[in-house]
Amino acid sequence: MSLPQPVAVDRRTAAPSSPPGALFSSYWLDGAYDEMFDRTGQARPQCRALVEDLLAASLPRLRQHQTEADTAFLTQGITFTVYGDEAGTERIFPYDLLPRIITASEWATVERGLAQRLTAINLFLRDIYHEERILAEGIVPRELVYSCRHYRREMRGVRIHRDTYVSIAGTDLVRLHDGQFVVLEDNLRVPSGVSYMLANREVMKRVFPGLFARYNVSPVSDYGQALLATLRTLAPPSRTDPTLVVLTPGVGNSAYFEHAFLAREMGVPLVEGRDLLTHDNAVYMRTTSGLRRVDVIYRRVDDDFLDPLAFRTDSRLGVPGLLNAYRAGNVSLANAIGTGIADDKALYAYIPDIIRFYLSEDPVLPNVETYLMSKPDDRRYALDHLAELVVKAVGESGGYGMLIGPHSTAIEREAFRNKILADPRNFIAQPTLAFSRAACFTGEGIEPRHVDFRPYALYGDRVRIVPGGLTRVALRKGSLVVNSSQGGGSKDTWVLQD
Amino acid sequence: MLLSRAADGLYWIARYLERAEHTARLIEVGLDLGLGRPVATTRGAADRLYGSLGLSEVMQGPSARASLVAAALFDPSNRNSVASCVRAARENGRQVREEISSDMWEQLNALFLAVRHINANPVGGSQPRSICRTVIAGIHLFQGITDATMGHGEGWQYLQAGRFIERASSTAAVIDAFVADQAMAEGARLEQIDWVALLRSCSALEAYCRYYTADVRPERVTEFLLLSADFPRSVRFATSRIESALLALARVTGRGGRADRLVGRLHSSLDYGQVDEILNDDPRAYLAGISSQCSLIHTALHESYVAYPIESAIPA
Repeated sequence: MSLPQPVAVDRRTAAPSSPPGALFSSYWLDGAYDEMFDRTGQARPQCRALVEDLLAASLPRLRQHQTEADTAFLTQGITFTVYGDEAGTERIFPYDLLPRIITASEWATVERGLAQRLTAINLFLRDIYHEERILAEGIVPRELVYSCRHYRREMRGVRIHRDTYVSIAGTDLVRLHDGQFVVLEDNLRVPSGVSYMLANREVMKRVFPGLFARYNVSPVSDYGQALLATLRTLAPPSRTDPTLVVLTPGVGNSAYFEHAFLAREMGVPLVEGRDLLTHDNAVYMRTTSGLRRVDVIYRRVDDDFLDPLAFRTDSRLGVPGLLNAYRAGNVSLANAIGTGIADDKALYAYIPDIIRFYLSEDPVLPNVETYLMSKPDDRRYALDHLAELVVKAVGESGGYGMLIGPHSTAIEREAFRNKILADPRNFIAQPTLAFSRAACFTGEGIEPRHVDFRPYALYGDRVRIVPGGLTRVALRKGSLVVNSSQGGGSKDTWVLQD
Repeated sequence: MLLSRAADGLYWIARYLERAEHTARLIEVGLDLGLGRPVATTRGAADRLYGSLGLSEVMQGPSARASLVAAALFDPSNRNSVASCVRAARENGRQVREEISSDMWEQLNALFLAVRHINANPVGGSQPRSICRTVIAGIHLFQGITDATMGHGEGWQYLQAGRFIERASSTAAVIDAFVADQAMAEGARLEQIDWVALLRSCSALEAYCRYYTADVRPERVTEFLLLSADFPRSVRFATSRIESALLALARVTGRGGRADRLVGRLHSSLDYGQVDEILNDDPRAYLAGISSQCSLIHTALHESYVAYPIESAIPA
């Protein structure tokens, strides 16, 4: 099965469009890896059935499916909040109709790589808050750790049950031109988006029931059980029948839908800071039957806001006294406090070394080449090549605080140059990646758009990874930014079984 | 086990929806009254209906009436308008999303979207009626979904409590709007059409006719709406539901008390009440008493389960 006509490696050779293939008339292929077609325009084996279906589809039918999907999200209230936008307090997360397909063998590599990475990161966090072997041996520079905004001195010497610091990780992967997955960044504090992985699948089942019959797709629906099982293993050992809660900043938070969704999937209460209190170094929640002890908190509130007595005093989202209860071992938090040091974008450059140091293994999933602005040589190179590089602030997420060199103006580059020189530790640079594209329905036809991939790994007594993830799409033509706050959307991601 | 904040959210979902439904029904009846009859004969009944919503002094002329209807239905600055109540119910639903079923949430959300859509797309004069129909039908659907998809445990009892506390006090308020005029001087005596309007505003006309025949008399209407044991919008019926919800809550949580006693007292007074005594004595004071007891029950419920002092609950 191949693209009907303008299998356009070179768009100038495009033939006049014929009706069945009209949907693909604006499709193009170039240096970037295409998830659906190989370089010659042949559909990849795992995509053949999908392409067949699409060739038989008509534009009105796809539009109708798109409307069905959008309506499903709207009536289910699957929305997110955009900050800094007065009118649109709630929006649906744009959804692309077409599934992105990952083969069983590709997934096996991803799974192995994520498990390895998460294991090493947990060993690293345990080490830097205790013995600091890796610092003593000079593998990771001491000042890099201590100068990180997310390093928490309060966690020095605190014993964490099972030494599980990061129990929920969302790792952003991209596929390079040769089809290999590489890690773009780790999200080890409060990664979000997993509810969209689940919601996308449900909507896909409603809209394209027929396609599922042609594929052997791994189910993702047991994520809730896997999360619950993981969180249970974190409970303080003395608590035999632990009470779990999800802690949300509240309905105003952009990911509130997800917090409520996960609480419901697990069957545990969704609490806000005002529902909790501490007494005698234990945490309680206010229920209609009186106070009830809380043992494990899956917190979706950042470290800074967790406890106004310990961190930001102006926080009303947290629980006064929580840190002390945590240090006393009377309550567990997922993720632990202070994990942000490991997803600092400058520390990221050291993760391959961290994996080698603790596990004596080579990384399964490589990193993207990264220049640290705190290193003079790297900085000199980057400042000379700003127009080709992507510059990121180390502590930011959500696509904020970024310079994309090839899409930037001279004024923007100058501004970043000054920022870098003023605070080198705060910036890294990476080559602008031609990451892969997947076929998307634009409303007018099918065109390729850049995508990334965020699978979710859980770590309690062992690593659990639900076969799937969130594929985020840069819906604007040519855009490389997939964040929902910046015009990104998502699509269902199918991991096939053998 | 239920979070106090979630209990409060559930309670308010039901209260706001009941309020929206009540308002929508009153508006619907008020609009309908004006059709096919001389304005002069129906103005009194419509004024009383709107008056019981706390909305009007007597409004003159059709344009004033239209703006009154708009205020009751859509005005976002009126916290008791139908649109505001639906929005508030949905907002509470969003806050207790994990406590209600997905079907309930989707219906609540669909109702909210439908009201917003009607509000944003005015189509001539049909808009107020269509919103009333949409809201009443949508809330009935929500209640059916609730009963069919949510466990009838603690959370469900808060929905019941909120719904019936709101119903008892709003039915008392609308009866009061008619009884007040009836009690005044001879000249202001109400006509049959007024009492029919009152019955219709509580969806009670058909049930009344089945019970008493179509002979509509003031004392019978009052008796039916106040003291009927099995008509679901009567004050007595609502009170019995509040009582069973509160007793169930006390059983589950072991924290009953003042609220149970208050509702038991109100329920008994209605169980053994006599309509002739009530009307001959001071019906307005009696109705005002029902409203104030409802708000005492509300406060007691809140203090027992939601806003109790921490000191009383800390483990020794």
